[in-house]
Amino acid sequence: MRRRQTHQRLPKTATGITGFDEVTSGGLPKGRPTLICGGPGCGKTLFSLSFLMYGADHGEPGVFVAFEETGDDLIKNVRSLGYDLEAFVKRKKIAIEYIRIERAEIEETGEYDLEALFIRLNEAIKATGAKRVVIDSVETLFAGLSDTGVLRSELRRLFVWLKERGITAIITGEKGIQTLTRQGLEEYVSDCVIALDHRVSDQVSTRRLRIVKYRGSSHGTNEYPFLIDEDGIVVLPITSLQLVHNASMERISTGLPWLDQMFGGKGWFRGSSILISGTAGTAKTTIASHFLDTTCRRGERALLFQFEESPAQYLRNMRSTGLHLEGWARRGQLKVHAARPTLYGLEFHLATMHREVLKHNPTVVVVDPISSFTGGTFDEVNGMLMRLIDFLKERKITSLFTHLIPGGGGNAEDSKIGVSSLMDTWIILRNTPPGHNGGRQLAILKSRGMSHSAELRAFELTNRGTVSV
Amino acid sequence: MKARQRRRGTEQWILRLYVAGNTARGSKALRNLEAVCEEHLSGRYRIEVVDLLKQPQLARGDQIVALPTLVRRLPPPMKKIIGDLSNQERLLVGLDLRRGEPRGQGSA
Repeated sequence: MRRRQTHQRLPKTATGITGFDEVTSGGLPKGRPTLICGGPGCGKTLFSLSFLMYGADHGEPGVFVAFEETGDDLIKNVRSLGYDLEAFVKRKKIAIEYIRIERAEIEETGEYDLEALFIRLNEAIKATGAKRVVIDSVETLFAGLSDTGVLRSELRRLFVWLKERGITAIITGEKGIQTLTRQGLEEYVSDCVIALDHRVSDQVSTRRLRIVKYRGSSHGTNEYPFLIDEDGIVVLPITSLQLVHNASMERISTGLPWLDQMFGGKGWFRGSSILISGTAGTAKTTIASHFLDTTCRRGERALLFQFEESPAQYLRNMRSTGLHLEGWARRGQLKVHAARPTLYGLEFHLATMHREVLKHNPTVVVVDPISSFTGGTFDEVNGMLMRLIDFLKERKITSLFTHLIPGGGGNAEDSKIGVSSLMDTWIILRNTPPGHNGGRQLAILKSRGMSHSAELRAFELTNRGTVSV
Repeated sequence: MKARQRRRGTEQWILRLYVAGNTARGSKALRNLEAVCEEHLSGRYRIEVVDLLKQPQLARGDQIVALPTLVRRLPPPMKKIIGDLSNQERLLVGLDLRRGEPRGQGSA
C-alpha cells in the first residue's frame, strides 16, 4: 500500500503525447533523464520534439541538441507533420544546438574531455530558461571521437549534470544488435527507458512503444501500439478490460420506427454495442446509416468509419435510399472517416479510431464493416474489437458494427464470427427467400437486458427510406 | 619541393586554442603547442587562447565539443586537433607540418 502511494507521488512531466501520459500516469519522470531507443525511423526524434514543443507551449522552454540534423533540416522535416518548430525557435522557447563531429576532420592527441559540450548546453539552457532538454542522438559522439573511455565517463557526468539542474531530459539511442542501444546507454539511465519499434510485415506497418523500465511504476502491460500521422504521435492505451462501465438505462432510437418497435418500442441502450451481420446486399450499411441520421437529428455527433467506400461515394449511395446525410456532414455533426483496411495493421486502425473519437467526440460510432480486417488472425481481430468496444463504452458511446457474412445466403448463425459475444445486441439480415414479401428480412438474435421481438421482420429499401412490409 | 618550402615559409599561421578556465590540461596543451610552433613556425605564427568560460558563445562557430581543442584557422583548410597535444608526432601530422608529409593542400 505504502509503496503504491510513493509511486503516485513520483513527480511527472507531461509529454503532451496523447495516450503516453495516460499509460505512464503523467508522463516522464520529472527532473530526470529518460532514454528513448529504437532503430532508424522508429519515431525517436519526433517523440522527443513533441515532448519539447508541448513543454514550450506550457511554460517549460527546451533545448534540442541535434547531432544528426542541422536546425534548418530539423525544422523542415517536422513541418510536414504540422509541427511549427520555427515559431518556437523565433520566440526563444526552444533552442536548437546543432553539434557536428566529423572524425575525418579531427586529430586526437593526448587527454581531453567534453567540457565544451557542457558549456554549449549550459548557454542554450540559460538563453531559453530551459526545463526540458533533448539530446539526439548522443551516440554520434562515439562515431566521431575514438576514446570511448572518456566518452562513457563524460556521458555519465552529463546525466548527473542534467539531474542536478532539475532538467527533464530525453536521451535518444540507436538500437544495438544485442542491446537496447549500441553503446549500452541503458546502463546509465536508471529512471525511465522506452523502446520504440517499427515493423513492416506483409506490407502492414505496425509501430509499438515499450516501457522497458520506469522507476517506481509497475506495468502490467507495457507494450503499446502508437501511430504517427499528420497530427503527430498518439499512443494507444490498452485498457485493462475491466467490466466497470456504468450501464446506462437510457434508450435511444435505432432511426427506424419499426425497428424501435422490435426493441419494445424504445430502441437500444445508450452506450451499448450492436452488431449487424448479413450477406452481401442485405442493407447493413443502410440500417447503420439510419442510426447515424437519427443521432444527428437529436443534435448529437456521430462518427462513421467506412472501410469500403470513399466518403463522397458513401453519401451518394445513401441518398439513393432516401437518406440525406450531406447536411450533417457539412455541419460537422457527422464525420465520415474512410480508410483502406489492408493498407495498415490492426493496431494502426485501432489507434486511428481512438484518435478520431477523441477529436470528434461523438455519442455514436459506426464501423462499416468489421469484416474488412483480414490483416490479423482471428484472435487479433477479436482483441482489437474488444479494446475498441471497451474504449467506447468507457465514454458511454454507442457503437454499431456491421459484419459481412461471406457466401451466398449461408446460415448466418453459423458464421464464425467470435465477436458476437462482445456485443450487447446482435441483428441478422438476409435476403428474403423467393415467394415471401419484401426484399429482405431482419431478426434480433440477442439483446442483453431488454425484451425484444423474436419475429423475422420483412423490410424493403425504397427511395423514401427503409420500410417495413 | 624547394619552391613549395619557400612559399610555406612565408605563410602566416593563426592557431586558436580553446580551453575552459585555467586547467592543467589546458596549460599543458598550450606549452606543447608553443614548443612545436617555435621549432617549426618561428616568427610567423600567432596563438589565440580562447577561454570558453569567458566567451562561451565562441564554441558554436568552430563546432567545439572536446577540450582542449586546437583549431588551425590559417592557412586553410581548417584543422582540428583535440587533446593536450602531448603526442608531438600526431600534432605535426594534424597541422600538416610533418616533414615529407604528402598532404600539401594547406600550402596551395
